[in-house]
Amino acid sequence: MALTVTMPQLGESVTEGTIARWLKQPGDAIAKYESIAEVITDKVNAEIPAPADGVMSELIAAEGTVVPVGQPICSIETAASGAPGGEGVGTSAPAPPLATSPAQTSQPPLAAPEPHVTETVASQAASPQATTTEQVGEETAVAPIQDAFAGATASVGSEVASASGGSSAAAAPASGGNGAGFHLTPAVRMLVREHGVDLSQITGTGIGGRISKKDVLEYVQQRDAGPGDTSRAPAGQAPAAAPQAVAAAPVAPPAPSLVGAPSAPSSGGEGDTVVPLTQVRKVIAEHMVRSRQTSPHAYVMVEVDMSSVSRIRDREKAAFEERHGVKLTYLPFVARAVIEALQRHPTLNASWSDAGIVVKRAINLGIAVALEDNLIVPVVRDADRLSVVGLATTMADLGARARSNHLKLDEIQGGTFTLNNTGALGAVMTQAIINQPQAAIMTMDMVVKRPVVVGDAIAIRPIMNLGLSFDHRINDGLQATRFVTAVQKLLEGLDPAGTLV
Amino acid sequence: MPVKTYIEAIRDGIREEMRRDDRVMILGEDVGAKGGVFGVTEGLQKEFGEWRVLDSPLAESLIVGVAIGAAMNGMRPIAEIQFQDFILPAVDQIISEAAKMRYRSNGDWGVPMVVRSPFGGGVHGALYHSQSIEAIFAHIPGLRVVVPSSPYDAKGMIIAALRDPDPVLFFEHKRCYRAIKGEVPDGDYTVPLDRARVVREGTDIAVFSYGMMVHSSLEAVDRLAADGFSCEVVDLRSLRPIDREAIVASASKCGKVLIVQEANLAVSVASEVAAIIAEECFDSLDAPVMRLGGPEIPAMPYAPPLEQFYLVTPDKVEVKLRELAAY
Repeated sequence: MALTVTMPQLGESVTEGTIARWLKQPGDAIAKYESIAEVITDKVNAEIPAPADGVMSELIAAEGTVVPVGQPICSIETAASGAPGGEGVGTSAPAPPLATSPAQTSQPPLAAPEPHVTETVASQAASPQATTTEQVGEETAVAPIQDAFAGATASVGSEVASASGGSSAAAAPASGGNGAGFHLTPAVRMLVREHGVDLSQITGTGIGGRISKKDVLEYVQQRDAGPGDTSRAPAGQAPAAAPQAVAAAPVAPPAPSLVGAPSAPSSGGEGDTVVPLTQVRKVIAEHMVRSRQTSPHAYVMVEVDMSSVSRIRDREKAAFEERHGVKLTYLPFVARAVIEALQRHPTLNASWSDAGIVVKRAINLGIAVALEDNLIVPVVRDADRLSVVGLATTMADLGARARSNHLKLDEIQGGTFTLNNTGALGAVMTQAIINQPQAAIMTMDMVVKRPVVVGDAIAIRPIMNLGLSFDHRINDGLQATRFVTAVQKLLEGLDPAGTLV
Repeated sequence: MPVKTYIEAIRDGIREEMRRDDRVMILGEDVGAKGGVFGVTEGLQKEFGEWRVLDSPLAESLIVGVAIGAAMNGMRPIAEIQFQDFILPAVDQIISEAAKMRYRSNGDWGVPMVVRSPFGGGVHGALYHSQSIEAIFAHIPGLRVVVPSSPYDAKGMIIAALRDPDPVLFFEHKRCYRAIKGEVPDGDYTVPLDRARVVREGTDIAVFSYGMMVHSSLEAVDRLAADGFSCEVVDLRSLRPIDREAIVASASKCGKVLIVQEANLAVSVASEVAAIIAEECFDSLDAPVMRLGGPEIPAMPYAPPLEQFYLVTPDKVEVKLRELAAY
């Protein structure tokens, strides 16, 4: 008999929990009270005990998914019910596949994690960062991977997407036509790791649709023989689109990307190594691929003369640090200008939906924080209510807690626009990938003193490149450029003698 | 190269070695005048005389005990136990004396003795003439336990056994004696006593077996080959020491494994092979390791249909192989 396990009430006011990690995979034997999953809520992190003896038959909620209390997360074949492997599982109710198709724009509630929620998992999974206090002050750096990587990222989109669900959860997507819910043998797991295989692309020929070693090897052979051949992929399925994405982005450098590696690791040259994919890496990869496939990215960039900002900052920073305990960087000035510009150009503070463009009332400003092996975007809620001082202290606090893994769930959810301080790492030109489901992402590159023409004279001015990647479905170049130049004018128009309000 | 039966190959090996080395002698029940109940030693007494081919009383403990003493006094005796079923009275001599001599004497003394004995069923031998109890000895450190399956190996291994400085148990499947023929070179050659042999190369399923079961496995494998399944058949040849390297190589290559033996499965050679694979090939396995052996009942029955029920036949191997192929 199949026993459905639901998300327990993990605290009085808790209404939902995030599946951080499955401790049992389909096919695993389970003893009553044994922990089957780790769950994160904004109050507690807990392990869910098994309600009965049996065998894990199906993981209904993928890792990273937020599940409301009382909703099913998995089902267990109890001991009395017999075989967990074959027909028992096949006859159980259809459930959303674990491996989310990269191009799925509609998100089934249980199958496709909201981006911000998965970030929670990512932050929990990340190891403590060795970040200096100096960096904490400058903080907030590079955004979701640069454009150069995007093409190659997309090319392995299908592998990446399944890697998070497929290899760890050991379940094949029900939609692939292969039997769901059975376990993978060690040999298959090994091959999946070695070759970066998307299990949803393989039709199992074993008993009950089991994917055998032979199935994987044959698939890999075909795949590696003809990289452009998409005919194997079930028609109309998302992964088939991946190679086209490469073709459409000829400027993208081909192989040597970090995400490109898993597709053919073992056949690499002598001395090559394969870095195993962490959960965080898989989540990031999945987000990037999904964003690129969801939004047609377009770019605009302007130069900003930061003389006024620089003067204010130079004048105030010592006193500011003494008074507030955090360094005064360019970031809160730019953030303040972005917020004002968003108020004037609300379609940049928006989301696409098939019903229409959702223009957000609140301005929740996400600030991208680069950690050594993770990316996280803490959100300054209602940022339009904060002054430069308020923004500076709030962002410093969020940045510090991002590094120490102490962000709360609602501090990484609900962003409406993302700002990325790529200049902190020294970049002078960046094209970021949009943090879905937002309309745009802005990058502020390094402030560099350059000779510029002022009037008819040449002057030395601190110049910052300000870049915007925007979803061309929502805005055209007109709105995007107006928005960026609005930010530019706001920054350049600051009164150098003014105060920090 | 001349084609010979398994039994002729063993006899050739013994005869040639007796001609080369006059320390080699045979003792056992009916080995002399009768030439052995199966005929392995036929003609040897005539050639070498009754002191080198010695008919013994019906007392296995005596046969092995005398062989141990002779071996320690410079002879190279072959103790023939007429049926493996009868070896049990000599177990004390084999396990407690012969196996331990090298260790007990700190390497000074060895027992260069070969205990030959036919085993296995399928010849209407019933309870007392059909057993496969090789696992008892395969458990014991200090012994070599070998089971050749082909005439070539039988000759090469009996010569190697006679030249080995320590006790070797040389078990011959009695159905191989006249049923199995193969090319056997004339003259002196040896086959290593601790190496398995891949008798058929394949990629999908590795079949580990020994003795007559190698031939049953080959027959079943041929039937699967017709359906496109490629099986590797490994003849273990030595049950102690067991060739871990060969087992790991074939099991890892194929990912699916069937171990076939005539003996019942509990605490057996198949158990050991399965354990080695579990220990060393985990990441390569693509199916549960499967074993096929006799049922857990006390003995081989006499009634032919019941004997067939007990035996591991090519049909049974085929069923198991198809199960694995489909997995």
